Amino acid sequence: MRQQNKKPVIEVKNLSARFGSNIVFEDVSFDVYQGEVLVIVGESGCGKSTLLKIMIGLQKPYAGRVFYEGRDIISASETLLKEYRQNIGVLFQSGALFSSMTLKENIALPLQTYTDLAQDKITQIVKMKLGMVNLEGYDDHYPAELSGGMRKRAGIARAMALDPHVLFLDELSAGLDPVTAVGLDDLIIKTNEALGTTMVIVTHELESIYKIAHRVLMLDKQAGGIIAQGTPAQLKGHMDDPRVKSFFLRQLPPAPAHQRFYDHK
Amino acid sequence: MTLETSKKGRTDYTISFKHEESTLFIELAGNFCLKNLTPFTNEIERKTSAARLREVVLDFSHVKYLDSAAALTFIQLRQQLAGNDVSCKLVNISDDTKGIFSVIRDEALDHPLVASEESPSGFIHQIGQSSLTISRDFVNFVTFIGEILTAFAYTLRHPTSLRGRDVLFYVQRAGVDGLPIVGLIGLLIGLIMAFMSYLQLRQFGANIYVPSLVSFAIVKELGPLMTAILVAGRSGSAFAAEIGTMKVNEEVDALQTMGFDPVRFLAVPKVLATIIVVPILTIYADLFGIIGGMIIGVTSLDLTVNTYITQSIKTITVFDIVTSLIKAAVFAGLISAIGCQRGFMVRAGAQDVGKFTTSAVVAAIFLIVVADSIFAVMLYYVKRYGTFI
Repeated sequence: MRQQNKKPVIEVKNLSARFGSNIVFEDVSFDVYQGEVLVIVGESGCGKSTLLKIMIGLQKPYAGRVFYEGRDIISASETLLKEYRQNIGVLFQSGALFSSMTLKENIALPLQTYTDLAQDKITQIVKMKLGMVNLEGYDDHYPAELSGGMRKRAGIARAMALDPHVLFLDELSAGLDPVTAVGLDDLIIKTNEALGTTMVIVTHELESIYKIAHRVLMLDKQAGGIIAQGTPAQLKGHMDDPRVKSFFLRQLPPAPAHQRFYDHK
Repeated sequence: MTLETSKKGRTDYTISFKHEESTLFIELAGNFCLKNLTPFTNEIERKTSAARLREVVLDFSHVKYLDSAAALTFIQLRQQLAGNDVSCKLVNISDDTKGIFSVIRDEALDHPLVASEESPSGFIHQIGQSSLTISRDFVNFVTFIGEILTAFAYTLRHPTSLRGRDVLFYVQRAGVDGLPIVGLIGLLIGLIMAFMSYLQLRQFGANIYVPSLVSFAIVKELGPLMTAILVAGRSGSAFAAEIGTMKVNEEVDALQTMGFDPVRFLAVPKVLATIIVVPILTIYADLFGIIGGMIIGVTSLDLTVNTYITQSIKTITVFDIVTSLIKAAVFAGLISAIGCQRGFMVRAGAQDVGKFTTSAVVAAIFLIVVADSIFAVMLYYVKRYGTFI
């Protein structure tokens, strides 16, 4: 398999998360390989977002370790964590663009902070990044002036500002229309193939999963951890597990809606 | 000629330059990324601008890693050289690296800006815009007062529609929770007043008038005014921020679609609670102000507690107390109404919430002072002629 000759970038080992006495997940272990697109799926409340937050270093787990290129980020010092964060990019669920700044300023912020580049060079890079997500010309727009899909794309552009090695995308296509969602998928594929960026994505869209995922990880609330992992095709073939089945078959109702409606009339 | 530069870690790179007649061969090796962008760009630019060249060949065969910023730099270098009639070739680009060049779109780099709604404009335009904003603000506020009054009228006719628990909650927030600070400020103002008037009045041996002065000023003006300003800062801002955040989260829209009148649902309990508590807080502030004055009176002025209280009571009439409480209630209505109205004006974003919260406090204090001046004139005529018309 392709991933065997790839080296892991992020290793998650025996991770457990709890809220008080409420166990979110327990003993979760997996690797994220260089250049792969890993999609995490699961019902609401199974801990996908918590897992992502722990991997980004925003939240401490109850137990377990997360390694980035062999270095533990859970017990890492603030300096090391800062260095780690320059190597990752995060797209938050709602985009989380700073509403008081224009798109240009949003994207330029990490560049101004972490590099010693001249302002005109930064402007050029910002224009390039906006071009990458097809938002050329929107430099001086405020996030409030953009549609939901445009805000997501601008969020990706900001997350990509420092050419991170790993990109985390939370709820990639949530709340977007199908056409915009397909556009985002294409953007993800293009970025992954062109820049070799490793991606960890949380999404629920089946179509999107088939299209972008190299590997899928399925979390379950009751089981409190990973119940299945593999390529989308492998998971689809793994239909004996009712939980996997219900996820992958949910978009195939017994009869199309229009039939149900008109037959009753 | 060969020149080599090396840096440790992920940012190590080597650039070798080789001249062949008017052609410059540049062999790149190692990692080229944001971290070392400035040094390698400078190094290459120094070479390409120094000699007279007709051709530059950039060899990528030993490049290990290239990020998009570095790729952009090479593309721009090529454009820049082309402008100087120097042909520039990028050769031996590996398949991995090729992808990076493909994401850089020339047309995106000098794409004209899409006109933004909030594009900056000229001086005249700004004056016009501000005048419109001010008049619109005024109309909005008057309309809102109308809406609140209608909502109150509705609540009077349908008392069960009033959200009693909300009223009690805001009574606690704006009133009970505010008691310590209102009391403390009242006490200190009383102390200061008494001390200052003592310094002046002792020149005439008129210390006995300190209690009258303090109680008169506190009950008639300072008590209501100070309380109102404190409530504007504590609760007016809180109302604006609360409703503003609800507006951002589309909670106000949700209320509307569920058939609730947002003003009746959100503003009426707040306004009612504030009108209930501010007069009470004012009495409290008055009381503490007089106690503050008494501390100075008893400790420094050789007055007994009894004398001080008698003198204070002699000065204040029931009329003063009642009008001061009415005044407090009017202030309360203004503070809470403007707080809610500014909250409803929030459109989107965290910055809007901040802006309108500030505006709620500033506008409330302004309205308090305006209303107070009107009261001062009105009460003078009422007291003198029994009517102010």
